[in-house]
Amino acid sequence: MNIEEVSKNTKLLIDNTPFSVETVEFVKPGKGRAIYKFRLRNLFSGNVLDITYHSGDKVEETSITLHEMQYLFQENDNYIFMDSSTFEQTPMTKTQIGEKGGFLKEGTPVVIMMWEGRPIDIQLPKTVELKVLETEASLKGATITAQMKEGKLETGVKIGVPAFIKDGDVIKVDTRSGTYIERVGSK
Amino acid sequence: MALEESSRLQNIKDKLEYRAKIMDGIRAFFNSEGFLEIDTPLRVPAVAPEQFIHPYTSEGWFLSTSPELQMKRLLSAGYQRIFQVCHCFRRDEHGRHHNPEFTMLEWYRAGADYRRIISDTENLVLSLAAKQGYGNVLPYQGKSIDLSLPWPRLNVRQVYLEWAGWDPFIDFDGQRFDDDLVDKIIPRFPDDRPVVILDYPRECAALARLKPGGTPVAERAEVFIAGLEIANGYSELTDPLEQEKRFRSEMAEMLKNGLPTVWPEKFIEAVKTLPECTGIALGVDRLVMLLTDSPRIDDVIAFPSDRL
Repeated sequence: MNIEEVSKNTKLLIDNTPFSVETVEFVKPGKGRAIYKFRLRNLFSGNVLDITYHSGDKVEETSITLHEMQYLFQENDNYIFMDSSTFEQTPMTKTQIGEKGGFLKEGTPVVIMMWEGRPIDIQLPKTVELKVLETEASLKGATITAQMKEGKLETGVKIGVPAFIKDGDVIKVDTRSGTYIERVGSK
Repeated sequence: MALEESSRLQNIKDKLEYRAKIMDGIRAFFNSEGFLEIDTPLRVPAVAPEQFIHPYTSEGWFLSTSPELQMKRLLSAGYQRIFQVCHCFRRDEHGRHHNPEFTMLEWYRAGADYRRIISDTENLVLSLAAKQGYGNVLPYQGKSIDLSLPWPRLNVRQVYLEWAGWDPFIDFDGQRFDDDLVDKIIPRFPDDRPVVILDYPRECAALARLKPGGTPVAERAEVFIAGLEIANGYSELTDPLEQEKRFRSEMAEMLKNGLPTVWPEKFIEAVKTLPECTGIALGVDRLVMLLTDSPRIDDVIAFPSDRL
């Protein structure tokens, strides 16, 4: 595609690697060449790349597809997902999943971004409900600024929970910030 | 009317009121200097062939990228001092400081050279700032810009040698010249003073004449304020053969890139009687940005192209 057609969120293929366009800055000396300064995000590594193009340059657009899937189970260093319409299974590595793994329990619906048949990113639901496995029974010497205590959830992740939360409670968690929202049930 | 549009238009009403006052100020300035206001067509059969300025086509004609060719035909017919405020169209130019349809102020003086047109520019901006209630100091984006005259003049060769480490008069490289202007030269300009850079390599001359005496230096000057390119002026090229040669070489490059071009025959004919003269084009939207302390061109245009 012509460089003029690239805009925010266009997906480009550079050196066989997919990038997403984060920002486009257009600068042009009145009589001179148009200069396009792109900030790109490497869709494999997440690294940011700044790159400059000129009018007349051409780039290769690539497409990213989104697939609704369900988390099944962990196997060695992989998380296994199943496509909700084709029932095909797709593994993603622990490194790819990163901290998001702490909010995945069996059956969690997710959206997986695929490029050329390979999963490259995962979107979790905004909130998930998880059971508290272990937390201190009560808080000693609680002050106004220390209302939260540590709670270990069924996925193994530890987050801050309010003092009244007990073992076995089910809580709603914000997956982007990793913070407690509310209690939704108890044992 | 969508709520978002209505609130945006309400929010920029102050700026559009200032904009109208600035237009009045521009006309008052040129009337007092004895200029005639001109109104040339926006849809034309040919525009100046310039490799990096791309016109929109319109039923086989073009939307004007600049009123220059028609204004010079008036000069050739004996008009001495003319000015015009009009819309210009340049395809694919969209960004923080660009809208593909923008407002240009262009004026010409017969019997003078680029030094005179730069001093007109200084006087004009100073008079508009005064009308806005500023003295010599213009506040812009947290900076104070000292407008007192004369503005510093910087020589193109010197700034490239000093800040970019090469001499564009030896082995000219157009892409490097443009990249360095953006990345190395403009960021070094003082942020509290306007700057005039002048005397360009002949390859950047476009429609400017070369300094007398067979030098490769074009009498071209550009005005920058707060890093914004505000105006571009020339001692105009009046040699019809040289003009024809330059246009032919631009057109050859454009044909290679598949860009539409039409030979501006009537203009070339008029250059034969073009008197010694100087002219400058000033971006009105950017000037309004400066005088209303606005960071984006969209802030001073009621309907930028992506909101139509």
